[in-house]
Amino acid sequence: MELVLSPEEAAFRDEVRAFIAENYPAEMRVPNPETDLTKEQMLLWHRILYRKGWIAPLWPKEYGGPGWSITKRFIFEQETTRAGTLPPLAFSVTMVGPVIYTFGNEAQKTKFLPRILSGEDWWCQGYSEPGSGSDLASVRTKAVRDGDHYIVNGHKTWTTLAQHADWIFCLVRTDTSAKPQSGISFLLIDMKSPGVTVRPIITIDGSHEVNDVFLENVRVPVANLIGEENKGWTYAKFLLGNERTSMAGIGRSTRYLERLKKIVKAEIPEDDPAHLEFVRDIARIELDVLALEATELRIVAQMARGIDPGPAASLFKIRGTEIFQDITELTHRAIGNYGLAIREQPVSANHFMPGPDYGHTVSEKYLNSRKLSIYGGSNEIQRNIIAKAVLGL
Amino acid sequence: MDIQFTEEQELLRSSVQRLLRDQYDFDTRRKIVASEEGWSRKHWSFFAELGLLAAPFSEEIGGLGGGPLATMIMMQEFGRHLLVEPFFETVVLAGGLIEDFGSADQQVAYLPDIISGEKVWALAWSEGRSRYDLGHVSTTARREGGSYVLSGTKAAVVAAPWADSLIVSARTSGERGDRNGVSLFVVDRHSPNLHLQGFRTIDGRRAAEVALMNVSVPASQMLGREGEGVAALEACRDRAIGALCAETVGAMGELNAATLEYSKTRKQFGVTLGSFQVLQHRMVDMFIAHQEALSLMQHLNLSLASKDAARSRLASGAKSKIGYAAKFVADQAVQLHGGMGMTDELNVGHYFKRISSINIQFGDPAFHVLRYAQLDAAA
Repeated sequence: MELVLSPEEAAFRDEVRAFIAENYPAEMRVPNPETDLTKEQMLLWHRILYRKGWIAPLWPKEYGGPGWSITKRFIFEQETTRAGTLPPLAFSVTMVGPVIYTFGNEAQKTKFLPRILSGEDWWCQGYSEPGSGSDLASVRTKAVRDGDHYIVNGHKTWTTLAQHADWIFCLVRTDTSAKPQSGISFLLIDMKSPGVTVRPIITIDGSHEVNDVFLENVRVPVANLIGEENKGWTYAKFLLGNERTSMAGIGRSTRYLERLKKIVKAEIPEDDPAHLEFVRDIARIELDVLALEATELRIVAQMARGIDPGPAASLFKIRGTEIFQDITELTHRAIGNYGLAIREQPVSANHFMPGPDYGHTVSEKYLNSRKLSIYGGSNEIQRNIIAKAVLGL
Repeated sequence: MDIQFTEEQELLRSSVQRLLRDQYDFDTRRKIVASEEGWSRKHWSFFAELGLLAAPFSEEIGGLGGGPLATMIMMQEFGRHLLVEPFFETVVLAGGLIEDFGSADQQVAYLPDIISGEKVWALAWSEGRSRYDLGHVSTTARREGGSYVLSGTKAAVVAAPWADSLIVSARTSGERGDRNGVSLFVVDRHSPNLHLQGFRTIDGRRAAEVALMNVSVPASQMLGREGEGVAALEACRDRAIGALCAETVGAMGELNAATLEYSKTRKQFGVTLGSFQVLQHRMVDMFIAHQEALSLMQHLNLSLASKDAARSRLASGAKSKIGYAAKFVADQAVQLHGGMGMTDELNVGHYFKRISSINIQFGDPAFHVLRYAQLDAAA
């Protein structure tokens, strides 16, 4: 399904397509880009997009954005996800960047924005805590003012790729007497500061993607406070709005469905009764994708006309993640007995994996995708948002 | 329908419970899984001493005569503790095949070492694209004098890296997919020309691809009658399903208990998770799923114990229904534990993975619901 494009937009789409085909680094095409790339490899495409001026589609032109229309941004998103390119550093570009240029002061903009665009600084997100998952406003990490510094103590968790990060943006409590939402500040912390410790959290697929980050008497210059003290909740909500925009994941689901079809074709002969069952299940998921894609296009078209999408992001998050979980599960079923095997982490060519190549990452993807309905605001929370904000319940 | 367990059966259950509670907590299991071999011979010898490896076998061949119900009782506890040792492969699969189809000589030759814990076995029935079809066998066995020569590759053989002996299905006649013409052979794991490539499984065990490149096996090591291997494997699969369903029910019970406990203690928005009605209903559905699975699992094992004529169809029905129920419980247990459910540290994800693995072994729920329907049509 395609948007109706003007000739200029169509030319732009072709340009993006050609650019990806010519420039996406071959060494990033590994079995599982989320686990198999080094930090340097992960940054390759980021830097290519930076040099092209395409690294930050959302950003205003004055801060280094390309100045695209909503439609062009959508085209870019569609083309890059369809091609399976690794997204640029999301916590840097999509999340903290817009907070800094929207709420930060001039010194902060000058110091941080260029390094975010170039990929010199890798940012991670210090939001969740062991006691604060869905209920983010209950964060307990404390920042106490001491002259020109804050002294920060606390424990952040589920911090994605903190092991690579130069900086962490944190929600910290600066007023313990106020209501939960009113006593929070938004602080930028250098990961090299004394007192910052990163501990890996290994997930059920064996990978090391997330971490605990411990903050013990970390001295943070007051100059690293975004906006006003105790107004951090406003900035945090602004950021979470950005986090959920691209969660429909149509491009990714489409790619994984194509792969699933190939696997079914190779694995299950047409005279096996299971074949028809797979064909029907795949068709059902394809219709799910089609309906979600149509919804996304409808909302993008409305946004292009200036209509506020409301909590559409919650709808995309719920359906996008459910669909992708269905695909990874069906793919796991498709490879039959080889679904028992899983690659050892860290990945090495020395470890034997049985069965055809296309099956080698299927188990880990199946297990890993369980996280999708949990993170970024669990799907239960997203349903609460729609119930409240859309249905008025 | 509820099973009134005998005193002997209750004793078996409580002794397994005590052993696992004292000797097989989650940290111990983690160390065992991470060890070089990946299973614990020390614990295996405990099982032997306690008579667990003898429990299901009939008394005439040195067992304790417990049959499928003894297996059920033990597997349920093993499921609760995520036991990785190859009880299922050695006692239920190989032991069951030898008891049911082995000659008197073979029973004498093999069963004492299984019962004493000396030897570990694995069953190599699946092949590259066999999926769950027991007759999809390309591996061949060619008669040469007093021996058979086996050639082919068996796929994803769980516990093969640990095994001393394998039971291998190979074709003595007919074409791949034919129901007739498959025979079973006892193959020494260290036979010349037999090659294993080991790998880890999602549930923390070890499996292997087994390549047989003209492996010579004495004709006396054919198990059961020539050409009737598929029927033997079908009977074996029925008993296997009884055991796996019991293990699944044990795992489901633990997941439900852990989830309920978590929902009563974990607070968000100033209240416990358990106070949200949407989660209460979810947990009620998990409870119902477990109750139904438990009932069906017991029903199946009673049917296996009495050799009921409908047991094979019931086995497929149970594998499907319990498989779907367990998948629901496992999905929701991870979901309700939030990020913690995704971690390697917490046991919840490990139950999830074991249930995912059981749902593949000997056929997934979709395969078995179809077989259940087809057997009805055939009746």
